[in-house]
Amino acid sequence: MTASADTADLAEPIMKTPGYWAGVFKRFSRDPVAVSCAIIVLLLILAAIFAPYLGLNDPYKASMIKRLKPIGYPGFPLGTDEQGRDMLARLIYGGRLTLFVGLMPVVFAFFIGSTLGLFAGYLGGWVNTVIMRTVDVFFAFPSVLLAIAISSALGAGIINSLVSLTIVFIPPIARVAESATASVRSLDYIDAARATGGGALTIVRVHVIGNVLGPIFVYATSLTSVCMILAAGLSFLGIGVRPPEPEWGLMLNTLRTAIYVNPWIAALPGLMIFITSLCLNLLSDGLRSAMNVKD
Amino acid sequence: MSKTDTSTASGDRGGPNQPLIIARNLKKHFPVRSGLLNRKTATVHAVDGVSFEVKKGETLGIVGESGCGKSTTARLLIGLIELDDGSIIFDGDALGSDIRLKELQRGVQMVFQDSYASLNPRLTILDSIAFGPKIHDHADPTGIARSLMRRVGLDPNRFAHRYPHELSGGQRQRVNIARALAMSPRLVILDEAVSALDKSVEAQVLNLLSDLRDELGLTYVFISHDLNVVRYISDRVLVMYLGEVVEVGPVEAIYREQAHPYTASLFAAMPSMDPDNRTEEPPLAGDPPNPINPPSGCRFHTRCRFAETVCSKTKPKLSIIAGDEEHLAACHMRDAASGHSMALKEAAE
Repeated sequence: MTASADTADLAEPIMKTPGYWAGVFKRFSRDPVAVSCAIIVLLLILAAIFAPYLGLNDPYKASMIKRLKPIGYPGFPLGTDEQGRDMLARLIYGGRLTLFVGLMPVVFAFFIGSTLGLFAGYLGGWVNTVIMRTVDVFFAFPSVLLAIAISSALGAGIINSLVSLTIVFIPPIARVAESATASVRSLDYIDAARATGGGALTIVRVHVIGNVLGPIFVYATSLTSVCMILAAGLSFLGIGVRPPEPEWGLMLNTLRTAIYVNPWIAALPGLMIFITSLCLNLLSDGLRSAMNVKD
Repeated sequence: MSKTDTSTASGDRGGPNQPLIIARNLKKHFPVRSGLLNRKTATVHAVDGVSFEVKKGETLGIVGESGCGKSTTARLLIGLIELDDGSIIFDGDALGSDIRLKELQRGVQMVFQDSYASLNPRLTILDSIAFGPKIHDHADPTGIARSLMRRVGLDPNRFAHRYPHELSGGQRQRVNIARALAMSPRLVILDEAVSALDKSVEAQVLNLLSDLRDELGLTYVFISHDLNVVRYISDRVLVMYLGEVVEVGPVEAIYREQAHPYTASLFAAMPSMDPDNRTEEPPLAGDPPNPINPPSGCRFHTRCRFAETVCSKTKPKLSIIAGDEEHLAACHMRDAASGHSMALKEAAE
């Protein structure tokens, strides 16, 4: 073994090397803004999931006497809405639907859009042309308008708004996936893998997915806030969630007439949307920098 | 090129006299598309009629300026890009008729210049090397990867589970060599494989490469722009200019006498080790012409100081230099019948 004679560039201390995700977690945990946002989002999700066990008032129980009571009214820490229902309970229960319709379309679109983008980017040629030009058609419409158009065509309801929002988010995710894949595709290690005779599916699975999922994931995280706002917008317009279900967008709509009577109460659902989408955005920023290996 | 021996026992199908790979008239033209309908508006003549052969066990060096088609030739040989024209014969088997691309790729592997870009940053060293054997259902991909790591001088116990960014350039290039060898190739194409390394590391990797060649009976195509390195490792040298072969011959013959003015200017550009004999002025001015519209006749005539009318009119053929059948150059000055004024003098000498 003559090759091992030259030990010059091997002389370095033995060290345990952490995996990729351990490194991401380490960098992420050093970012106080991202960590606090992650905690807030996590608390919101946990509160929404465990809402029935939090000992809250019935979010559907109305009272004609206790309408639009201010924040801090005895028994109603955040006051009541225009039908006298407990705002705190409705906001926490509302988180269930809002987060659900805000996150699920992005999750679905993430899988569908990534798959489309990966194939378009890796295979190139006419496959790319067919997929990406179809995607471009959707870009001709503003996303709000597209969501409204599809939702109103399908009719009101949670499932239909899920479907319409998924369709809205497939094109941008597919485009990000395609450009990420195309840039990885041109690297030498893909050529090296092709030279070993690997098939397209094997190469995409082993060499491409791991290197493009990061940026797509970060982008999708940033879309959740947009999706939540769009979902709230659909409910606000009456083509999403239907009353009396608590949902932040819908609550914003029904409370808007009360803005002169009790503006603080009317602003609460909007505040929730604002906090959640801000946290999701900052969280995706934190993820983006944590996933950057080169630093 | 008749198949003298079809026994596959040793893996040496054609016998020792059959060249391992024969490239005949390789052509690759890349279309340049532009405009509204993405129409083909021009063609880059990246590789234009390149022919050569590589004998079993030898190292063929390919030299030339950037953009002369060295890397494209390499990628054609390994099937990463499709041939427009020409044929590749691997140990007597023509690609396309006798063997398919997959079979060619089992026999030919490549080491790339950029040691970092040629390794998947998310895979450990071991997984990168084992990928090829794994997809070909090798019985023990990890075992072969570990033994190859040892063979290229990387201790598998220390390096197997590391990621590419944790290694130095020299170590990464060893990994790339191990990955190429994992497919048990007979021909390894080294595309500027040592160019990006420090001089000391470069020397180590070069020694590793020549040891591996002797131990495993490999054949190399060594692409480089560093003439000193080419001289060290090669048996024969092929000089390319603008997608064409201008000169080919045994390394001693070419380093002794450069028959083509382009080869001569390449060698004149080589920094001299002798202070009394240093390079005085840049021997070759300007950039190579655009390969979209290569010059007529001899492609070098626009930069050649011996150029005459005949050079821009007729394309010179590869002809034998100084009676050495191995040494060929494509220059009118070496062809007594070409009509070049200096050709007669050459012939008379």
